[in-house]
Amino acid sequence: MAIISRGFAGRSREHNPELPPGQYLTEDFPVLSAGPTPDLDTAEWTFTVQTENGPTKWNWDELHDLGVEDVHTDIHCVTRWSKLGTSWRGIPLDAIFDKVETERDFVMQYSYGGYTTNVPLEDLLDGKAWVVSEFEGEPLDPEHGGPARLLVPHLYFWKSAKWIRGLIMQDSDEPGFWEQNGYNMYGDPWQEQRYW
Amino acid sequence: MDHVDGNALAGPLSELFRFDLTTTDGQCRHCGDVTVLARAMVYVDPSGYVVRCCSCDGVLFTVVTGPERTWLDLSGISGLQIPH
Amino acid sequence: MVGRWHVGTVVSTNTETPTGRSITFDVPGWTGNIAGQHVDVRLSAPDGYQATRSYSIASADSTERVQLAVDKLPDGEVSPYLVDDLQVGDQVEFRGPLGGWFVWKPEQQQPVQLIGGGSGVVPLIAMVRSHAASGSSVPFKLLYSVREPDDAFFADELRALEGPLLEVTWVYTRKTPDGWPTPAGRVSQEILARATFAAADNPAVFVCGPTGFVETVATHLVALGHDPISVKTERFGGK
Repeated sequence: MAIISRGFAGRSREHNPELPPGQYLTEDFPVLSAGPTPDLDTAEWTFTVQTENGPTKWNWDELHDLGVEDVHTDIHCVTRWSKLGTSWRGIPLDAIFDKVETERDFVMQYSYGGYTTNVPLEDLLDGKAWVVSEFEGEPLDPEHGGPARLLVPHLYFWKSAKWIRGLIMQDSDEPGFWEQNGYNMYGDPWQEQRYW
Repeated sequence: MDHVDGNALAGPLSELFRFDLTTTDGQCRHCGDVTVLARAMVYVDPSGYVVRCCSCDGVLFTVVTGPERTWLDLSGISGLQIPH
Repeated sequence: MVGRWHVGTVVSTNTETPTGRSITFDVPGWTGNIAGQHVDVRLSAPDGYQATRSYSIASADSTERVQLAVDKLPDGEVSPYLVDDLQVGDQVEFRGPLGGWFVWKPEQQQPVQLIGGGSGVVPLIAMVRSHAASGSSVPFKLLYSVREPDDAFFADELRALEGPLLEVTWVYTRKTPDGWPTPAGRVSQEILARATFAAADNPAVFVCGPTGFVETVATHLVALGHDPISVKTERFGGK
């Protein structure tokens, strides 16, 4: 039985009905990482979608030419913090998949630095996901995944890969980095799908 | 949050292993480097640790602590030398 | 003793710096620790929430008293509680002692070079105390880097222990004491070359402090000819 430390409460953990179960609100933006921050230059940056028909690749300007839009949304991290009303700017995955032919239903996101995370294709379409390069009106900080990351806000934030390099279409839902290590394959915060 | 080093794992791993993993030599599967695990780079997340080779940055092992279980993935280590 | 939590009760506290203090706990069942080891401290809130953090132990004896020294992090969750709120009589839980690598034992024969930044001096002072208590005749050098004089932990004690077997070099990175011969600045390769044991002396080297400080110092030491394997490091995180 753990003893109580008088007067210790930890970070503010108010229950807020707007938040998914088990989450608390934060005003700052904690940096959590599985590895060193890659040092990337947009002049050399590319984004590739690999399908059963081969790869389609864009450089920084080409991807942004597909059309950039503003995004206002809430984000939820599996480590229990949530941030409401964040603003981003990026290219909707719908615009990217307009240029891609595939019969496959599952996606593996992969990052510069080796991180991976899996997601069903339908969770990236119909206005549900973006490749974002700006946060709160500024270029995305490398610590937070800059120059560009995926943003899939309806799932826990580990499903929004930082330092995104591309997507690989898969026939089946294969687990990515954290999913191989105890994290849930889907990750819906509203059903508190944190672990296996 | 920056990284720390293998010393930080002594406590959490004491729940799982009978010996001090931080004074143990491990071989990195990616580059073959053999070094004491206290020297590994450790990235800390409230849910888990990612431990990387100090030579090549490849992942040596990960530790994820759930409410009822701990997941330990040691696949980046190709061998351990445990002193008696 | 592996993985067991001990209860520690605060018996005294001492303000060390504007943001830091040392805290002494009485821990029944504690059988002592080697200089350089740390503990995991766990705090539990009434609603069941728990937070655990690692702290180096400043003491190194075989009594049931454990002394820690904590620097308050501006966005910390545990350190503000330990520095500002914790009172005599309060209780926390300890797991340890932990860590068998970043340690110094009195049987060791090599000269010892200690390099600390900020609260990184804590495991190093345990080594200094262990050295003084053991009667070891091995020479010690400590290089201690802080922002300004008030930011030094255990400053009076270090000054009192200076002598033929302990040489202390102070480095001030932001503001120096009045009349200081050198301007404020970070630890450089030149300072290390001048004030620390050379690689040829085959010292046991211990570097502790924020991650950025430790890695910069370790890089300089390797450039000065030290074998990377013989430079033991303990990173506290942060820049």
